[in-house]
Amino acid sequence: MSLDPSFVGRTYPPTAPYQVGREKIREFAAAIGATDPAHHDPAAARALGHPDVVAPPTFPVIVTMAASRQIVEDPSLGVDYSRVVHGDQRFAYTRPVVAGDELVCVNTIEEVTNRGGHGFLTTRTDVSTVAGEPVVAVWSKIVVRGEA
Amino acid sequence: MELPTQTYRVTRADLVRYAGASGDFNPIHWSDRTATKVGLPGVIAHGMFTMALVGRAVTTWAGAPDAVVDFNVRFTRPVLVPDTDEGTEVEVAAVVKEVTEDGLTRLDITATCLGEKVLSQARALVRAPS
Repeated sequence: MSLDPSFVGRTYPPTAPYQVGREKIREFAAAIGATDPAHHDPAAARALGHPDVVAPPTFPVIVTMAASRQIVEDPSLGVDYSRVVHGDQRFAYTRPVVAGDELVCVNTIEEVTNRGGHGFLTTRTDVSTVAGEPVVAVWSKIVVRGEA
Repeated sequence: MELPTQTYRVTRADLVRYAGASGDFNPIHWSDRTATKVGLPGVIAHGMFTMALVGRAVTTWAGAPDAVVDFNVRFTRPVLVPDTDEGTEVEVAAVVKEVTEDGLTRLDITATCLGEKVLSQARALVRAPS
């Protein structure tokens, strides 16, 4: 089943706010072996000019992956999630994510192509605070593998 | 300029821990039964776990945990993680490509597992530590 190219340019309603917790940042940092004190100790983060512990660079994927369900579970787009492979991933930061952030995601479909029996879907997720301050833009390209 | 290669060991336990921390519980990252059913040789690491390890290398090189301005990768080959105490290893290398007009450093990154590249077009733009 191919993806519907008419979805290009579609923007979805903002997601419910995600509250970034200090313990979640610590847990994520520990899981990837990131030991820099600024991920764990608020005082170390403050010394770098941040209000609380700083998330590692790929932390926002926790927020954006949950937000992207809005797209991949849209039945009219036609993504079979069991056939999805991650293609590309990009983060463009305005500033790092820190504990205490309340983040809202706005998903936009940037590209839909079908080639060689596979579907390719690129989404951009603009992550900002509830106050509207931009934090990070996240691009994700997934490949929906065709039936062999 | 070449930066010092960073090597990270990856075991099944790391994948389970990452699944919990990230919320990505896709069984291909912990169940051989599921992984082989979908045509993989066995359990593979989350692509985002590999990218997170590359992120660690980048912040290590940059000398600051908050230095990353832009970071992108393409996943080209899965990192197979055997169910052994040793697991496998991911090696992350990079060269400094340029320093931009606004003082940012652009890195071209290579990540390999068992001598094979697992990412392509892996790049980061980092700020110098303040």
